Amino acid sequence: MSTSVAAPPAKSASPLRTPRKKHTPGKPKRSLLLTGLMALMVLYTVAPLIWLVINSTKTQAGLGSSNGLWFAHDFALWDNIRTTFTYHDGIFVRWLLNTLLYVVLGAGGATLLAVLGGYALAKFDFPGKRGIFAVVIGAVAVPGTALAVPTFLMFSKMGLTDTPWAVIIPSLVSPFGLYLMWVFAAEAIPTELLEAARMDGANEVRTFFQVALPLLAPGIVTVLLFTTVATWNNYFLPLIMLKDPNWYPLTLGLSAWNSQAETIGGDVIFNLVITGSLITIIPLIAAFLFLQKYWQSGLAAGSVKE
Amino acid sequence: MRRTTSRILRGIALVSTLALGATACGSSDDDSDTKAVSAADIKAALDKGGSITVWAWEPTLKTVAADFQKKYPKVKVNLVSERSGDKHYTALSNAISAGKGVPDVAQVEYFALGQYSLTKGLTNLAPYGADKLASKYTPGPWNAVSDGDKVYGLPMDSGPMALFYNKKVFDKYKIAVPTTWDEYLDAARKLHKADPKVYIANDAGDAGFTTSMLWQAGSRPYKVDGTKVGINFDDAGAKKFETVWQKLIDEKLLAPINGWTDDWYKGLGDGSIATLASGAWMPANFETGVPGAKGQWRAAPLPAWTKGDKASAENGGSSLTVPELAKNKELAYAFTEYANSGAGVATRVSEGAFPATKAQLEDPAFQSKKFDYFDGQEANKIFAESAANVASDWSYLPFQQYANSIFNDTVGKAYVSSTTLADGLKAWQDASVKYGEEQGFTIEK
Repeated sequence: MSTSVAAPPAKSASPLRTPRKKHTPGKPKRSLLLTGLMALMVLYTVAPLIWLVINSTKTQAGLGSSNGLWFAHDFALWDNIRTTFTYHDGIFVRWLLNTLLYVVLGAGGATLLAVLGGYALAKFDFPGKRGIFAVVIGAVAVPGTALAVPTFLMFSKMGLTDTPWAVIIPSLVSPFGLYLMWVFAAEAIPTELLEAARMDGANEVRTFFQVALPLLAPGIVTVLLFTTVATWNNYFLPLIMLKDPNWYPLTLGLSAWNSQAETIGGDVIFNLVITGSLITIIPLIAAFLFLQKYWQSGLAAGSVKE
Repeated sequence: MRRTTSRILRGIALVSTLALGATACGSSDDDSDTKAVSAADIKAALDKGGSITVWAWEPTLKTVAADFQKKYPKVKVNLVSERSGDKHYTALSNAISAGKGVPDVAQVEYFALGQYSLTKGLTNLAPYGADKLASKYTPGPWNAVSDGDKVYGLPMDSGPMALFYNKKVFDKYKIAVPTTWDEYLDAARKLHKADPKVYIANDAGDAGFTTSMLWQAGSRPYKVDGTKVGINFDDAGAKKFETVWQKLIDEKLLAPINGWTDDWYKGLGDGSIATLASGAWMPANFETGVPGAKGQWRAAPLPAWTKGDKASAENGGSSLTVPELAKNKELAYAFTEYANSGAGVATRVSEGAFPATKAQLEDPAFQSKKFDYFDGQEANKIFAESAANVASDWSYLPFQQYANSIFNDTVGKAYVSSTTLADGLKAWQDASVKYGEEQGFTIEK
């Protein structure tokens, strides 16, 4: 060990810096190129958001006559928000509640199933495990859009289209979430710990809830975030499954408002569509900020073999 | 993304359309078609009450439905209005093919009616008394909803064409408002030369607009007789259109903006799109979509192909229909009749809809209505005259909805490549013929 400690100073002009660098990621090496690239990325990701915020302060007239990246003379944000919530007898509120319902049942259910499945696949041996692995990996590769039409036809046969179930049930399946939980559970729960619990007389249910589940918390939050975002933003599935606007999620409702501009005599409400979009992403931003620390530790877990 | 979505939706619509034919043939209540439903039957149904579901995006129906319920308190009208265009038809076809969740009344645009009436998806309303209403409507819309002695819907509105122009822009460059399409071409050149940011119009390829222009030019590309269909864009009328429009495209005088997008509304608002040849329903869209340009726009008669010619055409417009699988047909008809021929028409006109009924069109109060948006112009006089000059011998394909969906893959190329409009129309014709044959139509060449 002592020889390897002596080696770095030989390479570096300042012997003190090498060990310090290791422990203070707050002072990384600066690279103009990387900083520039990052700045571009930040601009690319933040610009649409800025556009959204600026334009949600405009009236329909202001939208047509002003530059997209700066404010119009009229400041109508509060008016827009009020109208968004009251337009068409407040159907926006209904859409918001629908989205919450789909997220709680769909994303929540998907997370629950992924946790149970991932744990079982990671910690139990049974015949056919390799087959399941192949199916899960395969399922991750199939885009949801490709399954939309077959799913629609199947649900149509079962008479489930145009009901909330048509959105909730397909949302329950998250191959990626299952895979993530599987990998996470394999790394985060020492098999010895489970054995110890069993030796002490805990049955499988108790072992799972009292020993495994707390260890899985960061992974669960990660999967929950993924499925929540996926369900919150889901557009295509509800689009083909639902006809009744009373069951629309926000994505579909906003798109319907947007397409009002595409018809004869339609009420053109781009200002409400933009304000509605802003309101729609606020809960997601809040969820990210709130769960961020769990998520980050969740992503890193298992990446280093201890 | 939008393109993929519409492709897949088209796929679903296609599957559904095929199934639609099957279910419609399966339900063998053809007999009920010929049984007359007396006014007393309908009155009894209204007194008994019940609820009907109406799928329609026409905004004025909201008031009409409220009034209707006030008049017949036992009837509940459930107006579903969040969908329009392609999505509306996909949902309607899906519901009809599934045999479940079919509305009692559905809004269907004139161009799309053939698809539903031919597959027996719609109730023939003639036995309900609709056949006696023919004289109330202008010939264009009535021709669109009726087929021989069958009536598949009642005209809700119409779209006799006019030229909307931005007076501020024309005044600024001292250019006269064109009265013929040749003058229009001239004006386009002058405008674009005076300010390269200004275009006389936007056009990136729009099936509805092109067919309307052909209609006005005297072209009759579609001949429909039951399942016998003729498709031919090679006539004198089409040539007139191709000649002028090809020049506009070649000289890059058209803004490459699709209609009905936010860019389009912006262009109409900031003066970079100077004219719009469109249906008489456009003022309502101007008012809500481009409130900022109030006072700048005016209406004028549609430019003619030869000086002094009055021929006009329809653009857009829709009807209310009663699907064959509707549960409550008497009430559905009663509502349709109320909204499109009865007291509902006046309500709808007062809220900005453009009627298809003669009485309203000829009404002096209607004609002398001053449009605040057009700075007090009595624009209805122009629209009503246009309505009277629409030739009634135009027909759409029984699969126009499909044909329109492939317009951009065929004619649309003329706008973005060296393909000519004539070649594009030929490609559109070939693709439509191929589809028609696949669907079992007899195509006459």
